[in-house]
Amino acid sequence: MTLDKARKGQKIIIKNIPNEQIRVEAIRMGLYEGVEVKCSGKIPFGPVILSNRMQEIAIGRKLAKSIMIEVNDVKEGA
Amino acid sequence: MNCCEGLKIDIPEGAKKIVLVGNPNVGKSVFFNALTGVYVDVSNFPGTTVDVSHGRYGNDVVIDTPGVYGVSSFNDEERVARDVILYGDIILNVVDALHIERDLFLTLQIIDMGKPVIVALNMMDDVQRNGIQLDVQELGRLLGVPVIPTVAVKGEGIDEVKKNLYKAAVGKVNPKIYEMMKDYIDRVEEQSEALMIVEDDETILDKYNMEATGKREEAYKLRRQRVDEIVSRIIRKEGRGNTFRQRLGYYMLNPITGIPMLILVLYIMYKLIGVYVAGNVVDFTEGTLMQGYYEPFVRGIISKVVGEGNIIYRALAGEYGLLTLTPTYVFGLLLPLVIAFYFFMSLMEDSGYLPRIAALTDRVLSFFGLNGRAIIPLILGFGCVTMATITTRLLGTRREKVIATALLGMTIPCSAQLGVIAGMIAPLGAKYLLIYILTILLVFVITGTTLNRVLPGESSNLFIDLPPIRLPRTINVLKKTWSKTSMFIKEAAPLFALGALIITLLNETGILVVIQDLFKPFTVGMLKLPKEAATAFIMGIIRRDFGAAGLTDLTLTHAQTVVALVTITLFVPCIASIMVMFKERSKKEAISIWLGSFVSAFVVGGLLALIII
Repeated sequence: MTLDKARKGQKIIIKNIPNEQIRVEAIRMGLYEGVEVKCSGKIPFGPVILSNRMQEIAIGRKLAKSIMIEVNDVKEGA
Repeated sequence: MNCCEGLKIDIPEGAKKIVLVGNPNVGKSVFFNALTGVYVDVSNFPGTTVDVSHGRYGNDVVIDTPGVYGVSSFNDEERVARDVILYGDIILNVVDALHIERDLFLTLQIIDMGKPVIVALNMMDDVQRNGIQLDVQELGRLLGVPVIPTVAVKGEGIDEVKKNLYKAAVGKVNPKIYEMMKDYIDRVEEQSEALMIVEDDETILDKYNMEATGKREEAYKLRRQRVDEIVSRIIRKEGRGNTFRQRLGYYMLNPITGIPMLILVLYIMYKLIGVYVAGNVVDFTEGTLMQGYYEPFVRGIISKVVGEGNIIYRALAGEYGLLTLTPTYVFGLLLPLVIAFYFFMSLMEDSGYLPRIAALTDRVLSFFGLNGRAIIPLILGFGCVTMATITTRLLGTRREKVIATALLGMTIPCSAQLGVIAGMIAPLGAKYLLIYILTILLVFVITGTTLNRVLPGESSNLFIDLPPIRLPRTINVLKKTWSKTSMFIKEAAPLFALGALIITLLNETGILVVIQDLFKPFTVGMLKLPKEAATAFIMGIIRRDFGAAGLTDLTLTHAQTVVALVTITLFVPCIASIMVMFKERSKKEAISIWLGSFVSAFVVGGLLALIII
């Protein structure tokens, strides 16, 4: 599925970022293919907010639609 | 060494270049000031809005660099930082301890360059406040460089950094990345350049006439994995994660709470800047200081030197005089407003609020082919369109720059004009105020959406770091305000001067009257306004507030007033912002925007006149 479909609070794994420029910038911010991050917020119709520890990134909705993810909802301690 | 050529920094023989490096807003300036003291030079990097400060520390030179997330060339800040970092001798890397997973990428990149590095692990107070425990010694061991914990704003750890500055060490270069660059090391001046070649940096590839290796992503990924590994090994205790600041950051983003907050902040800005600074402060600086003391003084001198009543006198000290109108406008009127605006923007940037506004407004701006970042020039436009147009440089693509410039030039009234408009519209009552606002808003929306449709290409998407919410640091805010204001004055003052000269020329040759006459039929026929209003419109080109002020002398009905104000708002921006447009955009784009604002002003004004007069 794509990142714009992620729900707030979900843990997700980044699968693919097609835009090369963004892909390279994203690695610097801690987002790369295979990393697990949290969808910490969604602005209605607007950007998706991803977080990893204290790092938070806002990603425009259109860009989010192009990023492939997988939901990794294994509850801790379950 | 080709560092600092663009910057014209004198590096004395044998002096070391100590380079301050860090992500944005990590408190580098405090270290810079602590090292250099008061004697600091600021140089602008040609063709950018980026300033680089440098000063002396003992016999060595300290150079500050713009805050960046990595050394590459994604934007002007990065290119400038790269040019300085690549040829530095000692790197003082300031790291935000709360945000290490972001900041260590840059740290490892500099270590991979083989530079002697010392890390100041700053904002340790924030780490404690969040209940996080870090193993600083382990971090130093893993990086192979000295790591000093600091709370720079409180002065904690700064002496320690100074004491250890020359103990900066070459850290542990990532062996896999070293493997990738070892073939290039002998072919270039420094290992730092070899790393740039591996990371496909065009400037360095060009320098050595080499082809891109296409290995950037691989190197970045290796480095990123190492960062994550280091972070997981040095965190002894993870934070509570629900502090007041984090909640505040969330409220700023959530539209239900974020939009009222944004409106409140804009309202406070309006009250402080639009009412207090534009009113009380400018009354004093423009009226009392400049027009009361400065102008008569200059007129006195000029008349003594060249006499009165000749063209030289009029060019220098006349109605649009180079030494009267220009300084009064730039220093009396614009300077207080520009300082106030940049002060607010710096506060919002330093506190972490600005990127959140960008995220919040991203959706709305996307209808106009812009992303959330464009909110910065759009807000600045209400201060000074000239200043805002320069700021469109920070937008990602040419397309976005054109759209933002057009919106600024056509629809955003600058503070100089806004004051007069507000004064004229307030007595008319809510109905006319509403008509004015809705008309301008409508033009804004139509212009934005139309340009988004017709302009080829694609706009860039929002991808923005949301730094932690922090109390703004006074020194950062003041420094930023100062550096941006002085850059504006340097860039814009010559344009305002040139504008004054052009207007004098048009006036002396009688062309100004011809232009005014040319507009009269439109003014009377289309806008249903008295023909003298044409003079006001043309005066608006010189100074937007002149134009608006020219209308106050006319006897207009309420409906006519609104039509005139709408027209003058949409009408071409002042001559300085027109020149900035020509400087920043291509001739074709600038002329299109200019003509577009002519046409839209008269068409919209005409339509409105048809409806309400």
